Amino acid sequence: MSKGILYDATLCIGCKMCEKACAEHHGLPYDDNIAAEQKQSDHKYTVVLSHEDKFMRRLCMNCQDPTCASVCPVGAFRKSTLGPVVYEASRCIGCRYCMMACPFSVPKYEWSKALPLVRKCDMCADRLANGLPTACAEACPTGATKFGDRDDLVAEAKDRIAKGQGQYVNRVYGLEEVGATSVLLLSSIPFETFGYKTDISTEALPLLTYRVLSHIPDVVTIGAVALGGIWWLCNRKEEVAAAEGRPAPSKA
Amino acid sequence: MLKVKITFWRVVLAILLITGAYVTLIRFFRGLGASTHLTDAFPWGLWIGFDVMCGVMLAAGGFTLTSAVYLFNLKKFKPIVRPTVLTAFLGYLLVVVALFFDLGRGYRIWHPLVMWNPRSVMFEVAWCVMLYSIVLSLEFAGVIFERFQLHKLLRLQKILLIPLVIAGVMLSTLHQSSLGSLYLIVPNKLHPFWYTPLLPVLFFLSALCVGLAMTIFESSMSAKHFGKQLELPLIQSLGRTLLVMIGIYTVVRFQDLLHRGALSLLSKGSWETGLFEVEVLLTSALPIGLLLVPRVRQSPKGLYLASVLCLLGFVSNRMNVAITGMEAASGQHYFPKWTEIIVTLAIIGVGFFVFAVAVKYLPIFSHEVSFQSAAETEVASAEVPELSHAQP
Repeated sequence: MSKGILYDATLCIGCKMCEKACAEHHGLPYDDNIAAEQKQSDHKYTVVLSHEDKFMRRLCMNCQDPTCASVCPVGAFRKSTLGPVVYEASRCIGCRYCMMACPFSVPKYEWSKALPLVRKCDMCADRLANGLPTACAEACPTGATKFGDRDDLVAEAKDRIAKGQGQYVNRVYGLEEVGATSVLLLSSIPFETFGYKTDISTEALPLLTYRVLSHIPDVVTIGAVALGGIWWLCNRKEEVAAAEGRPAPSKA
Repeated sequence: MLKVKITFWRVVLAILLITGAYVTLIRFFRGLGASTHLTDAFPWGLWIGFDVMCGVMLAAGGFTLTSAVYLFNLKKFKPIVRPTVLTAFLGYLLVVVALFFDLGRGYRIWHPLVMWNPRSVMFEVAWCVMLYSIVLSLEFAGVIFERFQLHKLLRLQKILLIPLVIAGVMLSTLHQSSLGSLYLIVPNKLHPFWYTPLLPVLFFLSALCVGLAMTIFESSMSAKHFGKQLELPLIQSLGRTLLVMIGIYTVVRFQDLLHRGALSLLSKGSWETGLFEVEVLLTSALPIGLLLVPRVRQSPKGLYLASVLCLLGFVSNRMNVAITGMEAASGQHYFPKWTEIIVTLAIIGVGFFVFAVAVKYLPIFSHEVSFQSAAETEVASAEVPELSHAQP
């Protein structure tokens, strides 16, 4: 069963316990200064953004058909069956195409290191493998971040919107975005406020490149025959001329 | 002991190499953060936008000319095959050098060979660039074999030449277009002037244009600086082909803009509109306008000017796709750090230097002429780096 995270911004009190738990679980430093940073980075995989009295989390959406996994030339990213999109650091060559391609701009880089790696939320894949919820969901005191089976969470999110009497924006963010994501978001104010794009494709992005790549074998075989044919035809004229003892036809 | 004459461009090259060495230390000891203006929001900059994207494009003369001479049997172009293949070969080597600067862990550059992901455009580009570099080195090997009179190897190379050329053309077709396909994955990030499903087609067509323009440019430069006779009828013929190719490119480009409704954005007068207009002026309007005039496309100066404009135009196109067209969505302005610029300039400088050395010691321009007489063009060495002022 594929797992998911449902974050309901209307329940969030901005305590940032999720940030702290995430840092602790991933062995990252965390103090007041880092807590005040309002963006994801190589040392902050999740961030609670605030806008007036509203909050919104940012974390890796853990897409169902992840763009990062499709673009990585060495296959360093993989969608695991439980849901997390995991990164195998020992493969990474540092081309940063994942950062370029990610529709949510999630992967971050260790710019200050001589031998850097990509860093991002991995939905606590190691905890999930042991049957535990993500660190952020476990730490959340209000239930704003909820862990569970994705299908159940989708049903619950729809239910909350239906019963919310207009409290919510009528959209479960992550239900259809770039195909679908393991992380689902609910908000009472427009998602754009926090930098979430809402004009995003509902089709998984990897299709965009795969459609082109899938033509390669055809292009190569047709091209090789065509080029070989051109060579044969263009050179034959001369060979024929030579055999007949005529001067070679002049070339354009 | 060699006597080295001090000339302006040699001093420039020396300065570039010394600062380049210093920057290299910063890059490899202190990382990308210290040596570039790249950020999480803007992870690809000058080294990808210019050194890789434009570097590969500017080396497109190799496959264009080898297919004309060996496959289409247009023998008259034979005298300029070697300098063009040399340029392409050097171009690809320098792209790989640039990649070592840009990759976070360059020592793992071989990983795509054993860790496959056939769904990735980058994986395909990596394989094509590697295989094509091998093809180019084998195509170029004939020059080395001839220079050192390795007749057996030379004969073997001649037998393999046609399959090599065909492989080279196929590999180039794939990765030239795939550099455009890399950006198919960012529909929400690249400005609509440049984001189109036709990116691979446009990149391939522009590579053909640049291959022709680069050959004209290079022949003109060689004539000027290596005391070599300009093959005017040849570059006139290339000029006519260039006119047709730019024509095709321009039609495809504008059909696409029209079908996607992107032309209506022109009235917005944004920063991108200006960039787009300059690009169209340089890639299409000016070269086509110039080359349509018979007097211009028959004169060496006119052809030179048209080819330089075209090169600048397509360089601006690649930069718009890779850098400026991505800025708005990233919410950040990117301008390369001085260290990035130095590395790029130093790599270009090395390219010109190696080309000049190769021309001096290898039978590049003179197929039939022996090595000794090729070396007699002593003028060449003194004037060598003067080429670099025209590099975009």
